[in-house]
Amino acid sequence: MVDIEALAGIVRGFAPSCRGIEGLRRLTGGASQETWSFDALRGDGSKLGLILRRMPGGMDDSAGPDSRKISLADEAMLLGLAWRAGIPVPPVLAVLPPAGSLGAGYLMSRVEGETIPRRFLREPRFAAARAGLARQCGEILARLQAIPPAELPPLRLAPAAVELELYVERHRSYGWPKPVFELAIRWLRERAPAGDIAPVLVHGDFRSGNLMIDEQGVAAVLDWELAHLGDPMEDLGWICVNSWRFGEDAHPVGGFGSREDLFAGYEAAGGAPVDPERVRYWQVLGTLKWGVMCASMLEVFRSGADRSVERVAIARRSSEAAIDLLRLMAGRD
Amino acid sequence: MQDPPSAAELVRAVATFLREEALPALDGRNAYLARVSANTLEIVARELDAAPAADAAERARLLALLGETADGEARLEQLNAELCRRIEAGEIGAETPGLLAHLWTTTLASVAVDQSGYSGYRRALEEARPGEGPAGEA
Repeated sequence: MVDIEALAGIVRGFAPSCRGIEGLRRLTGGASQETWSFDALRGDGSKLGLILRRMPGGMDDSAGPDSRKISLADEAMLLGLAWRAGIPVPPVLAVLPPAGSLGAGYLMSRVEGETIPRRFLREPRFAAARAGLARQCGEILARLQAIPPAELPPLRLAPAAVELELYVERHRSYGWPKPVFELAIRWLRERAPAGDIAPVLVHGDFRSGNLMIDEQGVAAVLDWELAHLGDPMEDLGWICVNSWRFGEDAHPVGGFGSREDLFAGYEAAGGAPVDPERVRYWQVLGTLKWGVMCASMLEVFRSGADRSVERVAIARRSSEAAIDLLRLMAGRD
Repeated sequence: MQDPPSAAELVRAVATFLREEALPALDGRNAYLARVSANTLEIVARELDAAPAADAAERARLLALLGETADGEARLEQLNAELCRRIEAGEIGAETPGLLAHLWTTTLASVAVDQSGYSGYRRALEEARPGEGPAGEA
C-alpha cells in the first residue's frame, strides 16, 4: 500500500496548500512498476490530478531483472528532457527521495486523454486529431532525436544487431521451437544495417497504446521504460508494426496514418532524411520482438508473478507475429 | 474415451455463460477479464476441434521436409526443434522447396485457433501464398 502521509508530504513540496489525498487507486498495467492515480486537495477546495509511478511495493530503484528497462529516476529525467524539447509528456513534479517509505519513483501531472487505441482510432470525435497524428508523431520523433546525447542519463546502446540478438537470446531461453521466428532471425541477420549509424535517443515503445490522444492530437507520450540509444529509424519502424494498427490496417502508421505523413513530419521537424528500407527493417525486427514479448508473458505467468488470465492469454498472440513475419518476408505490408 | 458431451462442448458452454450471463452483470476490470476469459475458452474449444487433424498434417509435412534423417517416432515439438536447428544452420531456408508452403499452412492454422479475427490473418487469407502454384495447391 501507499503511505498516504508521506505522499501528502511530497505533494506539499510543489503544492504547499495540499490538505489531503483522495481517490487513490492503482491503474492497471505495468508489472515492473506501479502506477497510481490520485487527487491532491488544495486549500481553496480545488483538486490537482496526479500520477505516482514507483517500484512495486515501494522497493529501491536498483536495476531489476530485466536489463532492457531503465530506472524510474532515469525515466523522470528523460521526461524532463522531453518536456524541454517540446515533446508532449506529463510534467514531472517531484522525484521521491531515496530510502523514503514510498520507495523509488516520481510524481507527475495527470494528463487527460484517451490511450485505448480502439477508441481513438474509431470514435468520430477523434477524426480531426487522427488526420494529423502521423505527421505529429514524425515531428515528436525528430525532436526526441535532437536531444544532445551528452544530456541523457546513461542508456544501453542497441544498434540493430545488438537489439536483434537480445531478442534472439530471450526467444531461445524459452525453449519453444518456432520455425517462422528462426527464418525471420536469419532474414534479419542477413540484412542488419551497418553499425556505423550515429546513435540517438530511442523511445523504444512509441506506438498506439502508449500515446495519450485528445481531440487535438498527441496529448502525451507515455511508457518510457524501454528507452535506449540506437538507430534513428527504430521508432519509425516500430509504430508501423501491424499489431499497433489494431485492425485499422489501411493506415500503416499506428492504425491512423500513412508513412508519407510520418516521414514528412519527421523531416520537416529536423530529422535526417528517412531511409524507408531501414524503417522497414525495424518493422520486421519489431514484429519479431512483439512475438517474443508475447511469449515472455507465459514466463511471467509460469513464474507465479502474475497468474491472471489476461497475462497468459497474450502468449497466444505470438502467432499473430508469425503470420505478420511471413507476410513481411514475402514483401507485403 | 469419455462419453459425450465432448470437451469442446463443455468449454463452449462455459464460454457462453461467461459472455452472455456473467459479463453483462460485471463492470470495469472484472468485465474485461470475463471477456478475456470467454475469448480464451473459445481458443481452447477451437483447438480441441482442430488440433488432431492439424497436428497430423503438420507432422507429415515436417517428416517430408526433414527427409529420411528424421525420427519417425519423434514428438511434434522435437521435429519443430530439428527444423529450427536446420534453418539456423542454413541447411534449410526460404529457397527449400516446400518450406514456405509448410510455414504458411502451419501458421494460418495456428492463428485460426488463436485469433481468427486478426487483420494480418484475414489479409493473408485473401492473398496468394508464397511457395504455392497458381492453382493454390498446398
